[in-house]
Amino acid sequence: MSEVRYTDQHEWIRLEGDEATVGITKYAAESLGDVVFVELPPLAKTVTAGGEAAVVESVKAASDIYAPAGGTVTAANSALEKEPSKVNEDPEGAGWFFKLKLADAGEFAKLMDAAAYAKFVEGL
Amino acid sequence: MTMNNQGRPTSVETSRRAPIAPGTHTPEELSTISGDRGLDHEEAPIFELGHGATGVDLPDVQISGDRLGGVRRKDAIGLPGLSEPEVIRHYVRLSRMNYAIDSGLYPLGSCTMKHNPRLNEKMARLPGFGDLHPLAPQSTTQGALELISQLMNWLTTLTGMPAVAMSPKAGAHGELCGMLAIRAALQARGEHRPRVLVPESAHGTNPATAAFAGFTVDEVPALPNGRVDSEALKAKLGPDVAAIMLTNPNTCGLFEGEIIDIAKAVHDAGAYFYCDGANFNAIAGKVRPGDLGVDAMHINLHKTFSTPHGGGGPGAGPVVLSDRLAAYAPVPLLVADAQGLRLIEDRDDAPDGAKPFGRMCAFHGQMGMFSRALTYMLSHGRDGVRQASEDAVLSANYVLASLKDVMSAPFGDGPCMHEALFDDSFLHDTGVTTLDFAKAMIDEGYHPMTMYFPLVVHGAMLIEPTESESKDSLDRFIHVLHTLATEAKAKRIERFAGAPHLAPRRRLDETAAARKPVLRWKREPLKEAAE
Amino acid sequence: MRYLPLTADDRRAMLAKIGAPNVDALFRDVPKSAMAGLSAFDLPDTQGEMEVERALTRLAARNVAAGAAPFFCGAGAYKHHVPSAVDHLIQRSEFLTSYTPYQPEIAQGTLQYLFEFQTQVALLTGMEVANASLYDGSTATAEAVLMAQRITKRGKAILSGGLHPHYAETVETLANLTGKVSRAPVTPGSAEDIIALIDDETACVVVQSPDVFGLIRNLRPIADAAHAKGALLIAVVTEIVSLGLLEPPGAQGADIVAAEGQSIGNGLNFGGPYVGLFATQEKFLRQMPGRLTGETVDAQGRRGYVLTLSTREQHIRREKATSNICTNSGLCCLAFTIHLSLLGEEGLTRLARINHAKASALADRLAALPGVELVTSAFFNEFTVKLPKPAGAVVEALAQKGVIAGVPASRLLSRDRACENLLIVAATETNTDEDFDALVSALEEVL
Repeated sequence: MSEVRYTDQHEWIRLEGDEATVGITKYAAESLGDVVFVELPPLAKTVTAGGEAAVVESVKAASDIYAPAGGTVTAANSALEKEPSKVNEDPEGAGWFFKLKLADAGEFAKLMDAAAYAKFVEGL
Repeated sequence: MTMNNQGRPTSVETSRRAPIAPGTHTPEELSTISGDRGLDHEEAPIFELGHGATGVDLPDVQISGDRLGGVRRKDAIGLPGLSEPEVIRHYVRLSRMNYAIDSGLYPLGSCTMKHNPRLNEKMARLPGFGDLHPLAPQSTTQGALELISQLMNWLTTLTGMPAVAMSPKAGAHGELCGMLAIRAALQARGEHRPRVLVPESAHGTNPATAAFAGFTVDEVPALPNGRVDSEALKAKLGPDVAAIMLTNPNTCGLFEGEIIDIAKAVHDAGAYFYCDGANFNAIAGKVRPGDLGVDAMHINLHKTFSTPHGGGGPGAGPVVLSDRLAAYAPVPLLVADAQGLRLIEDRDDAPDGAKPFGRMCAFHGQMGMFSRALTYMLSHGRDGVRQASEDAVLSANYVLASLKDVMSAPFGDGPCMHEALFDDSFLHDTGVTTLDFAKAMIDEGYHPMTMYFPLVVHGAMLIEPTESESKDSLDRFIHVLHTLATEAKAKRIERFAGAPHLAPRRRLDETAAARKPVLRWKREPLKEAAE
Repeated sequence: MRYLPLTADDRRAMLAKIGAPNVDALFRDVPKSAMAGLSAFDLPDTQGEMEVERALTRLAARNVAAGAAPFFCGAGAYKHHVPSAVDHLIQRSEFLTSYTPYQPEIAQGTLQYLFEFQTQVALLTGMEVANASLYDGSTATAEAVLMAQRITKRGKAILSGGLHPHYAETVETLANLTGKVSRAPVTPGSAEDIIALIDDETACVVVQSPDVFGLIRNLRPIADAAHAKGALLIAVVTEIVSLGLLEPPGAQGADIVAAEGQSIGNGLNFGGPYVGLFATQEKFLRQMPGRLTGETVDAQGRRGYVLTLSTREQHIRREKATSNICTNSGLCCLAFTIHLSLLGEEGLTRLARINHAKASALADRLAALPGVELVTSAFFNEFTVKLPKPAGAVVEALAQKGVIAGVPASRLLSRDRACENLLIVAATETNTDEDFDALVSALEEVL
């Protein structure tokens, strides 16, 4: 059973057990344009909610990816290093960035659900 | 042509000249046998043209090699061999694929593409300057030191500042020099001030420089009228603020009218005022930055004083300094004594009171740019420098006044300085993007204006005509832009879609270039790519 | 004024269109107190081309050009013959008066020569990738140290005592902000034991070869020692022609090469503009400063070039950029590329051998003078001799005799007493036997 939440910085986070997967939303991927490079966090790195965790670059822009919730990095999607286009093709699936072991599940619960995020994007 | 996943052409044979798809200047059926079109020649990388010839005649001297410390080269370098006529033809053909200020109006806002007088080139090449060694005995370089001294006098007089550091090699290098002087001054005061305030409209070099110099950057918002929010700025001042970095005239092409107030508030808070001098060309000979309360300002000799841009350099970025910072200027220092002029090259030899923060580079700065800039200044004189600033401002306002009925000007109510800023709201719902609009200018024979900068204006289009254009030239340019804007608004988009059509290349695949960077020529590169 | 096309009538018509009574109305945002009249500027008024040319020519005549005397200065800037074609080509309007190639469709000329330049630099240095230049060798060295600090996430940089002192000071000025720079002792004519200084906190070792005294260094053992401690080797080359004859730093294990490219295509110019060469291994590409040109295709599949990976740069990354550099040395790159294209493989290797042969011959003649000792045993086109008296005064005395004898080491290391009698002498293809005779006989008179 998994549950997906969203941030106002356009990251998504999917919780399965105590491990969460993080990526950028379809909306973010479309506004970035063709992704040409991603920089992933090293394993075992500790991140805090809202802290810089990864970088995504298109031809003309570089954006930081923030950790939606605090925790320890348990995996990084190294396939993106060779094929950054996956971020555009399947941002909320194969284009995931990293996985976290959450420090505090409460942080996850505070994030927007799909309906709230859809409303948030509509308002932009 | 089908493309593989690297964005390169597939099934291309590797011959000396890579086969070229038919050009775009005329319909496809008019493709030529050679791939060239009249005066437009395709030209392969020089590595595909070599055939073991040489372009220099040098004797074949044999050496023993026993004085080379055992590290004599074992393998060939891999350089191609061509004769002189082949090399000349290659680079002449390449040159013809470039736009240049000598061939057309170059309205790049914030870049100042003005006329580059050829006398400057001639003077820089006088053997006494061009063939002078930086470490030749100083008794044999007095004319060069005198030239630098005269240029320093021009720069300090035009800016109303007491001192100038000459060694920085470009604008960003000058910024760094200024910020390091500020850092040194704060250290001398025994104060730790980690924060630097930078307006969000600033050139990218400003925050990059502040970070480079070890400060953290705090952005100051802009007001709806395109000026920095001085109240927000003042609210951010405090005992931890080292400096503000402010461009004036600012990157929207507007003068910051509250500048003297801002400078006073900054000084009252114990901080320094770094002014980005990239736009000094609007006010040179009219306004002295020293009268505005500036503590440090770099001057892009390749903008304001017309040393050529050369396809991206070299530049020169001397930094004028206030009394509060002058003592910290880096070595070398130029002093006059009984023997004449003398360079002080070692910090330990600095005269009393001078506390140089360090050294920006080897030797003494961009002498080749100094000789060009001084030639330009002497040619113009103070009256000509003033007239040039006035003409630059007049021309920009003329462009603004002539186009604001069809192109949207976010700050079009008042006069601008040397740049006319438009945004892309006039293209809304036309089906023409900002990029399309700019690229369509290429087909009309113009270099596009600066786009997407400054960042504070959505879809910014920044036009800097400079003082070098005649009224006829401005009128033709205005007519073209006016017509393009009218066409776009009428949704007649054919000429915009996929433009440029008439340039040596159509739009280039930048995504492919960034995803799989090919940064050097390699033998048979196309075969590799087809894997 | 000959550079200003607008006439008084034009200005009036333009003001009318704008709706401004006069040009000062356009400056209305400038505080009144800050508007300066002409009299605020104590400077000359406009002059014709002839008058300006006369003034500059007078200044130039007060200098002794390298080509006007027997000339032996090096120490980071070298006199070489530049073929006439180079200066002709770089003065073509399309190269001279174009901007940074931000619009690739109409800047293929600049982009392609930068691509050729990057390839040439990579080949010469034996590295995988090179950028489209930095300001000069000294700033390239400083950028290399900052890059090594970023890559290793360590702060300590160890500079060889043989690194050009101006380079060392440039590095210290910048890299002490981000870490700690330490300099190994200066040991003219021999290699200091830099390996002993490398520890687990070391980000990089910076070694120049040939060093400032002309000594050729063997980089391989230093590279191995650095790598064993997780540090990088930055190789510095101030005389790029030497790589026509010497093993390139890339083949000796260097991780970054920072070099001065002035010797190829560019004049002495009293110290600038020069051209900084910067090369590294592909794995460090993302940490590299400066512009890069990459090959791609256009919408019709034709080969073309663009500036690429610009997300590392200041105009996009702002305070997170790898460097604040914007303008680089475009036209100096072009001069380098054209000269090297004219030389080709055979020309460059011949040129390098001639330089070495000239320097060897001169070293032997100087070492034969009583009281003169050759300090550098292995060198390319530059070596150091120890004179029986302070070299600064000797150089000054020889200058009075019309011979520019070289760079006294004290010019670069004024506080180092051990350097007081050392003279750094360079000989290139431009020196003749008559030049050698003049130097030898003038030295005999003075010593």
